[in-house]
Amino acid sequence: MRDFTAVAGAVLRRNLIHAFKNPALLMPSLIFPLLFLTAFAGGLSNVGNIPGFDFPSGYTTFQYVFVFLQSAAFGGVFTGFAVAADFESGFGRRLLLASPQRRGIVAGYVVAAICRWALTATIVTIAALIAGMEIDGNPAQLLGLVSLGLLTNIAACLWGTGLALRFQTLQAGPIMQIPIFLLLFMAPVYVPLHLIKGWVNTAASYNPITALVEAGRGFISATPDVVGLAYLSGAALVAAALVWTLTGLTRAERGE
Amino acid sequence: MRGDPVGLNETLEQVGLVARRSVRRTLSQPALIIPTIVFPLLLLAINASGLGSATKIPGFPASSYLDFSITVCFMQGALFSAITAGTELATDIQSGFLNRLQLTPLRRVAILVGQLAGATTVALLGAVVYLVVGLIAGVKIESGVGGAFLLLAYAVFVAIAFSGIGATMGARTGSPEAVQGVFPLVFAVFFLSSMSMPRDLIAIDWFRTVATWNPTSYVIEGLRSLVITGWDGTALWRGAAVGAAVLVLTFWAASRALATRMART
Repeated sequence: MRDFTAVAGAVLRRNLIHAFKNPALLMPSLIFPLLFLTAFAGGLSNVGNIPGFDFPSGYTTFQYVFVFLQSAAFGGVFTGFAVAADFESGFGRRLLLASPQRRGIVAGYVVAAICRWALTATIVTIAALIAGMEIDGNPAQLLGLVSLGLLTNIAACLWGTGLALRFQTLQAGPIMQIPIFLLLFMAPVYVPLHLIKGWVNTAASYNPITALVEAGRGFISATPDVVGLAYLSGAALVAAALVWTLTGLTRAERGE
Repeated sequence: MRGDPVGLNETLEQVGLVARRSVRRTLSQPALIIPTIVFPLLLLAINASGLGSATKIPGFPASSYLDFSITVCFMQGALFSAITAGTELATDIQSGFLNRLQLTPLRRVAILVGQLAGATTVALLGAVVYLVVGLIAGVKIESGVGGAFLLLAYAVFVAIAFSGIGATMGARTGSPEAVQGVFPLVFAVFFLSSMSMPRDLIAIDWFRTVATWNPTSYVIEGLRSLVITGWDGTALWRGAAVGAAVLVLTFWAASRALATRMART
């Protein structure tokens, strides 16, 4: 256990120092959520006046939850980029050779993803509050929203890490991003699910991210909804991504 | 040799040589072309379904959000062209190809214009695909067949103008990574426009002000007018004027940056 913690701690420290000393690596994960928040909550605010739009806390709050979860997902993916860069430069191989407990490497990257996302989430929340976001949920419900973000962040980081361990190159970047992007945007982004038309409605109904987004919006507006389904979806995503990462680690250990 | 007067025909021949290489290089990278074309269509499908109810907002200028937002694809295609143009020029600088070109009698304008041919070809391909898919999905072009052709020409013109931004960045930085890194800011400009909602229906005052001052809004509105309004002279000339201004400014800046780069090397 001590080996595991020592390896995880070393990977975490290195990743955070690397990220915070290179603004070019950190800025995209900060800028994109702010951009989405501005464009969606600002440019589309009139969408909140559509007949049938029944979210009680206002359109900025409605969009904040999506952007919050989106920042969690992309925070995880950007950490996957860091893993890929480490393997591309040869550092990852040396890390595998030097680590007495290799699962600690994965744990270190995951905790680094959480730390990086914590900064993004704080900035996005401040921006949303400045933009007039209303919070109706109580502290326990807000903690629920944060926990949904954590599940999203961990699942996305494990997905990216699993790919990075398999491909060991930054060229895998689009494969890391596109499925996450599609899952996120196939959820009810702009309006509640019942106002979405056509095949996107069907896709959104089966999308596990939909439950996370809807539960998050329920928490912040003090009208909890689909909470059990959201946690089940989040836990299932984390479990599947963990298996994906650990099998990727095994392949990397074998040098495949 | 470079200082000698070179005739128009010779310059065009040089542009053709560089352009042929640029087109071949771009078309040989399906990983570059396919996402450029598919991604905007996917976003269009998602946005048209997700924001379909926005047409119920009083004063919304179209009865279908698909009609309203199809032109966003053309703008995204133009932005991707800019990224392609900038990345390819920067790659040539980084790999030393530009240094080797300096040993030839090629004129700077031939290098600059020729290098953009690949990105322009992708933009044209994309524009045709967006239009065909849009028509199949039920988009109705109010300006008719003539308007559809003008839409294609307009889209390619905008893509060339935006490619100048990419070329400027590519020439100034000489680094493909730096070009990619700067582009979120270009996307920010794009997002802060009337892309998703008509300006008069943007409820947040500061956003409406930014969108009104943002030249990108007028390019989008010019393109969009052909689809949802018909022949709207004001929207068209405003969009064309902004496109022309971007074209002149960015090509001037790219030419200066390339001159500095070539003098430096």
